[in-house]
Amino acid sequence: MNDVASSAIFCRGLKKYYPDVKAVDGLDLSIARGECFGLLGPNGAGKTTTIEILEGLITADAGEVEVLGMRWEGHEAELRERIGLALQETQLNEKLTVLEVLRLFRSFYRAGPSPAELMKQLSLDEKMNSRVGKLSGGQKQRLSVACGLVGDPDILFLDEPTTGLDPQSRLQLWDVVARFRSKGGTVLLTTHYMDEAQRLCDRIAIVDHGRLIALGTPAELIASLQASNVVEFTTQPLLAEAFVGAIPTQHGFIRHGEGWQLRVDSLAVSVPAIIASIEKSGTRLVTLSTHEATLEDVFVSLTGRELRDE
Amino acid sequence: MSEYNPPVIELTVTRLKEFLRETEAIFWVFGFPLLLALALGFAFREKAPDRIPIGIVDAPNAKQRLALLSRSPALLPRIYDPAAAEQVLRTGKVSLLVEGTGVVIYRFDATRPDSRVARLEADDALQAAAGRRNPQPVRDQLVTERGSRYIDFLIPGLLGMNIMGTGMWSVGFNVVNARTRKLLKRLIATPMRKSDYLAAQFLARLGFLFLEVITLLVFTRFVFGVRVNGSWLLLGAICVAGAAAFSGLGILIASRAKTIEAVSGLMNVVMMPMWLCSGVFFSYERFPDAAKPYIRALPLTALNDALRGVMTEGLSAARVAPQLGIMLAWGVVSFLVGLKIFRWQ
Ligand SMILES: Nc1ncnc2c1ncn2[C@@H]1O[C@H](COP(=O)(O)OP(=O)(O)OP(=O)(O)O)[C@@H](O)[C@H]1O
Ligand SMILES: [Mg+2]
Repeated sequence: MNDVASSAIFCRGLKKYYPDVKAVDGLDLSIARGECFGLLGPNGAGKTTTIEILEGLITADAGEVEVLGMRWEGHEAELRERIGLALQETQLNEKLTVLEVLRLFRSFYRAGPSPAELMKQLSLDEKMNSRVGKLSGGQKQRLSVACGLVGDPDILFLDEPTTGLDPQSRLQLWDVVARFRSKGGTVLLTTHYMDEAQRLCDRIAIVDHGRLIALGTPAELIASLQASNVVEFTTQPLLAEAFVGAIPTQHGFIRHGEGWQLRVDSLAVSVPAIIASIEKSGTRLVTLSTHEATLEDVFVSLTGRELRDE
Repeated sequence: MSEYNPPVIELTVTRLKEFLRETEAIFWVFGFPLLLALALGFAFREKAPDRIPIGIVDAPNAKQRLALLSRSPALLPRIYDPAAAEQVLRTGKVSLLVEGTGVVIYRFDATRPDSRVARLEADDALQAAAGRRNPQPVRDQLVTERGSRYIDFLIPGLLGMNIMGTGMWSVGFNVVNARTRKLLKRLIATPMRKSDYLAAQFLARLGFLFLEVITLLVFTRFVFGVRVNGSWLLLGAICVAGAAAFSGLGILIASRAKTIEAVSGLMNVVMMPMWLCSGVFFSYERFPDAAKPYIRALPLTALNDALRGVMTEGLSAARVAPQLGIMLAWGVVSFLVGLKIFRWQ
């Protein structure tokens, strides 16, 4: 289904090397029209570089890009009319008001919603005469998304639209994305938040060091763990690997922080087995916790690292 | 569609609003030149020519001579005892010593013009007191014609300097600021035409240029009586050409700079020679002839010459056409080069 012609966004063999880092290292993506696609990865994974290449703001060192079936070279004017975006960090004109900024951006496009409609949609109407410099982080972020929507785009690119926002502001932005999609829009977003990706995205690509390491729907990705639960525990001293490997119903384990992390099918079987192993080994249990498998665990199982270094 | 202005208008209007909301910028554009004009205008205002200090060597007739010489409006006589008189003449504290009984002896350095003037003035006063009659009747007529004073020279220069400074700063600072804040990158992600953005910088510049020129001219008209002798329309055209030259240069200088510090340094490198050479505070006629063609090709020289020509001499458009041409050439060429090499992110 994801052939070139029906793709909203398509890229193959994308590469962008900086002197000391391979920011994007051979990426293939195909995003269907109407889809909400998430790029997930830790800091420095190459998400921003990738999305900005697709937005036609950075030129790739190698690879092909097609947006709405067009290449950037030769179709820039048309593509600019048909995509909308919010950069990871833009400080709009601090001295202008919300309304003035939206009117300015609106003037660049042939057609699109009115600033008034947009402000209503993004709950910015109370702030319409406030200076941009005086807005809260969440309000600035919403204004930034509003500027992305002002040309009534077919594709909306959002680079970490909810980073640093409070839960309520995040929910509000999710609503905006949902509304845009309900009108047939395609969304490509990057995020650090698993719940956001899981909630919003039809498909997710997990990237690390500029490479694709997993691709699929959130359910598929979690299913790829072949385990529904994750157990983490620490002992004093560290439990030997041989003991961990012998624990039943597990689908793999990794060193995690001061202890171990195991992916298991059945907590009822595995947890008592873990405790038994610890007793048998003569070490002492310090902490033990369990949770349902999430995208975070997919990332950890693929890379051995946390998605967010916090 | 008609509900929204064309992008270039929106960009210009928002730029003007941004500027007017920037209190510090307002001071540098409007307040600073007025203060400078005020300070320099008072420092160089016309006053009675200084009296020349002269010494009278103490002797019985010294008091009487002091009274006679004090009547001369050009002299400031004082009595010194002989030793001190030597000293003050040698160190130049007085320009002339008057001594002797019977024959009046003038002691002075003939290479010093003020000494020679003092000699003539003192002699006049003493001869008249001794009963000399002038066979030829004369009358003095003093000149303080408007347009020939230093302030009349200075104000067009200050106006030119201000058009240069605010033109380059307002464009350069704004552009580099937008670049460091990634606003430029955001703008080029829209269908906005790049040339519209840069043209708006120039158009907005014209908006506050108008206010800036009017403020300075009205102010100096009332405080110092500086007049515009030529056509106001032509003066306006010259200011616009100057604004074009310096917005263009501002865009060129800001086209690649990544930080405010970098652009400030470049600005100073470009503006400093013009402050010195382009005849802001003193005429560039003092520079060697070989340097003059280069000095005249500088945009600020062209602007200052044209402003002075129209304000003090009342020259016609045809006479300032070469200067207008120089300014427009600078503006167009630097705008095009700036647009070509412009770094948008
Ligand atoms: N202009 C540049 N010059 C040199 N290196 C760069 C440049 N832009 C990005 N990089 C490097 O490329 C790598 C990928 O950066 P990128 O911004 O794409 O990551 P990211 O996934 O968006 O990270 P984050 O989650 O922190 O936003 C990083 O190591 C970064 O330091
Ligand atoms: Mg990023």
